[in-house]
Amino acid sequence: MLLIVVRQIINFASSFFVLSLFTFGIAHLFPEGIDFIFSHNSQSKLLLGTLPINGIENSNIVSVYFQYIGEIIQGNLGQSSVRGTSIFSEFWIYFPATLELSIVALLFAVSIGIPLGILAARLKNKWQDKLIISTTLVGYSMPIFWWAMLLVMLFSLWLGITPVASRIGFEFDILPVTGFMLIDTLLSTQEYSTEAFYSALHHLVLPAIVLGTIPLAVITRSTRSAMISALSGDYILSARARGISKTQEVWKHALRNALIPIITVLGLQVSVLITGSLITETIFSWPGAGKWLLEAVYRRDFPVIHGGILAIASFVIVTHLLLDIVMMFVDPKLRRNA
Amino acid sequence: MNTHSQFYQQTKIPSTFSRWWRHYQENKLALLALVIFTLIALVAIFASLLASYDPAVQFTDFIHVPPSWYELGESRFILGTDYIGRDIFSRLVFGAQLTLSLASAVVLLSGTIGMFLGVVSSFANYWIDSLIMRFMDFILAVPSLLLAVVIVAVIGPGLPNAIYAVALVLIPHFVLITRTAIKHEKNKEYVTAMLLDGASKSRLFIQSILPNILPPVIVQITLAFSTAILEIAALGFLGLGAQPPHPEWGTILSESHHYIMFAPWTVTIPGLAIFFTLLSINLVGDGLRDAMDNEKK
Amino acid sequence: MNLLHIENLSVDLHTHSSPLSIIDRLSLRMAESEILGIVGESGSGKSVLAMAIMGLLSPKMTMRADYLNLDGQDLMKLSAQDRQRYISSKASIIFQDPKSSLNPCFRIASQLNETLSAHGMHYRSERKVRSIELLDSVGITQPEKILEMYPHQLSGGMNQRVAIAIALACKPRLLIADEPTTALDVTIQSQILDLIVKLNQIENVGVILITHDFALLSENTDKIGVVYSGQMMEHAATRNILDEPRHPYTRSLLNSVPQLGKRHSKGSRLFALDGQIPSVDMLPVGCRLGPRCPIAEKQCVNPPRLNSIANHGKVRCHLVKPNTSAKSEKAAVRNSGVIS
Repeated sequence: MLLIVVRQIINFASSFFVLSLFTFGIAHLFPEGIDFIFSHNSQSKLLLGTLPINGIENSNIVSVYFQYIGEIIQGNLGQSSVRGTSIFSEFWIYFPATLELSIVALLFAVSIGIPLGILAARLKNKWQDKLIISTTLVGYSMPIFWWAMLLVMLFSLWLGITPVASRIGFEFDILPVTGFMLIDTLLSTQEYSTEAFYSALHHLVLPAIVLGTIPLAVITRSTRSAMISALSGDYILSARARGISKTQEVWKHALRNALIPIITVLGLQVSVLITGSLITETIFSWPGAGKWLLEAVYRRDFPVIHGGILAIASFVIVTHLLLDIVMMFVDPKLRRNA
Repeated sequence: MNTHSQFYQQTKIPSTFSRWWRHYQENKLALLALVIFTLIALVAIFASLLASYDPAVQFTDFIHVPPSWYELGESRFILGTDYIGRDIFSRLVFGAQLTLSLASAVVLLSGTIGMFLGVVSSFANYWIDSLIMRFMDFILAVPSLLLAVVIVAVIGPGLPNAIYAVALVLIPHFVLITRTAIKHEKNKEYVTAMLLDGASKSRLFIQSILPNILPPVIVQITLAFSTAILEIAALGFLGLGAQPPHPEWGTILSESHHYIMFAPWTVTIPGLAIFFTLLSINLVGDGLRDAMDNEKK
Repeated sequence: MNLLHIENLSVDLHTHSSPLSIIDRLSLRMAESEILGIVGESGSGKSVLAMAIMGLLSPKMTMRADYLNLDGQDLMKLSAQDRQRYISSKASIIFQDPKSSLNPCFRIASQLNETLSAHGMHYRSERKVRSIELLDSVGITQPEKILEMYPHQLSGGMNQRVAIAIALACKPRLLIADEPTTALDVTIQSQILDLIVKLNQIENVGVILITHDFALLSENTDKIGVVYSGQMMEHAATRNILDEPRHPYTRSLLNSVPQLGKRHSKGSRLFALDGQIPSVDMLPVGCRLGPRCPIAEKQCVNPPRLNSIANHGKVRCHLVKPNTSAKSEKAAVRNSGVIS
């Protein structure tokens, strides 16, 4: 077991290594070069700022890289060239908003997608199945930005039942403890704390549905095909032959096997959610990491762009690592015990 | 040695492509999708003949005219006009041309590089293979749009850069699918048989492996095409892809976004264009995949 | 009394065009505690036969028969639910690929427990004792250890033994083994076959052994049924079939097996019939062997009946008349140019 954890850590380290090479390379492509990222930080003991990039020789680039890695690992992502604030702390102000939105969107997708997928597999080739497949195809073919605009037009502008922007009503002043609005409102000592909680929930509805639509379509499809594949195994036939005819028992067998590909697909949705949040946060003025990064792109704040992609991509790599560990529990074949 | 041909008929076995086509035709929806997509492609090709006006022409007296079927609409602006008086129909038609050609460029670029890398990777030694796969894993790990956005941020916005960014994001899919398919075929016995017969590696590849990896590769091409359109439109929407006044569909939506309350048709109609294009491509891809799977059974 | 008596079983597959005939009026009889071998090429329908007996046909297939008696009860007369319950208590089946016939996500113990509690054992201690007993009876040396393992941790042979143990859990009268050794190494093959024969003797359970390998059947079976393209071509005692195969198809199957001691001339080819087994959507009229049969005549476009041949068994061929001798048939075959 320990060996497997070690292997996962090595995997993570090598992925992070490639990521750091990429961001290191990108940093060199910035107009002012890599030292620009760190030079504003007066607290940094880095001598980097004194190295003119154009004059650097090949033999020095490796030591520059190691100094770079050293800074990154300590969490020093430099300072924003426009605002002068620490990028690392800025990231942690905005990222929880993205996390909260993504988690709610994923919950939405999973709680509807998996039952729907099981239903479709059960009623394979009947009209309900065909309806579900067509709906997922529609969801899959919908550009997120258009879907968001349609929903906003319908629910916010025409019907007026959902808010258009932001995480919570303007009238509420909530102390950011965890960064998760839903938790912070409940932790708040203000009198309007419960009202604020419902306002936060209200603001989450539309963005979460928009963000969760594509994951919903993908999860429904994958659950359906995973179940169909699991149901075609010989062990299902032998279970029926043995008198385990109750539909629940057969489905228990199949579902347990189908979980393996389903959880793999769930892991892939992390990337999809991050991609989607770039657009969703823009449309709903959601103060998350996606919007933060995009605004940095628009104002050409390169240190933030660099720090943003490094932080977000590291997060994705970490989730993949956690997913691999979860998979070990789900798929007995991955455990090398005996 | 069969002396009983007078009792029993011989049957003719059709070629692979006509079998695929026969299976594909059974799926009526996929057939319809193919027709729709062909129509869209034709519109894109003959854009200059079909459009009523030049897409950049502004009719300053006719700002935000609703589509022709509304009371306030005009028959010469079939789908209405946008915030600076340009005919939406013409813009969409030229947008089809732009979006589809951008997507084709992306797929061509990423497909060629990706398949080349996939072939190299599957025939190379362990270290080169691992190296290539490590890079592909990385590109796949980073969320696609994020990567595209950052690349464009670094090399600058605009059409050609958007193509490069999206192509990079799509390369790993081609590499993976090619490599997996080749590895799968390589181990089959007929390949061993051909090697024993003395076939050279290139003959082996061209004559036997290549035709057999076509099905998943073709499906991947359709998938990539649909993803390319989506990513290009997304970049356009974020202002990082095709810049205004290019009539790229995503770019059109980024401009219309501000007027969502006053001129909803400037949002719904261009979006419908993207939606139907994507839907038809995805249906065609699904149909192809089903037809090829049916073939195997 | 017969353990299994099937008369005129037909199974059709319903596609979007007209129904396809997978099994055509197949009949067979099997006594208690007998080992019946069913042999045929891939695609001959022998697995579908097993599914039909066990009530496991896919929803697209329908079956009809004059009767399908399992241990005295005509299954065609029962409702679907009763049929399933009856079959599960009287018969079991093991499949070709042991790795896929056991659920990869559950331990061996839980798979055995499931079957045992479905058949009335409600106490965990009871089930554990019985599980160990069962694993023991199939030749597994460390049953307690195996119980805690997952299928992928065991070898193919072990998995097949576990599958047999699970199949025996409900004390069936009939065990159907559908190509049980095809996926295993040759040495393990003989072990598993010996195990099946031993269980047949000790537990008095009848066995239907389905295979495409004639050599396997010659040593282990009491009776053989030769199936081609969904039709039962010859059905007789093993000794009779091996000594004097009457049906042209059976002859060709036996001739195609290289035999130790028989002189094969250098450079000669092993015997095989021309052509291929017909595909289900393009079946020949009448006798389905017709296009490939070396002695086919005009009358073969009419479907032959399964005739009883004295001192032999049942044969389905126009040219094997009850009163012709084996010698004249051999002459006819030799005259048609087929090595015999």
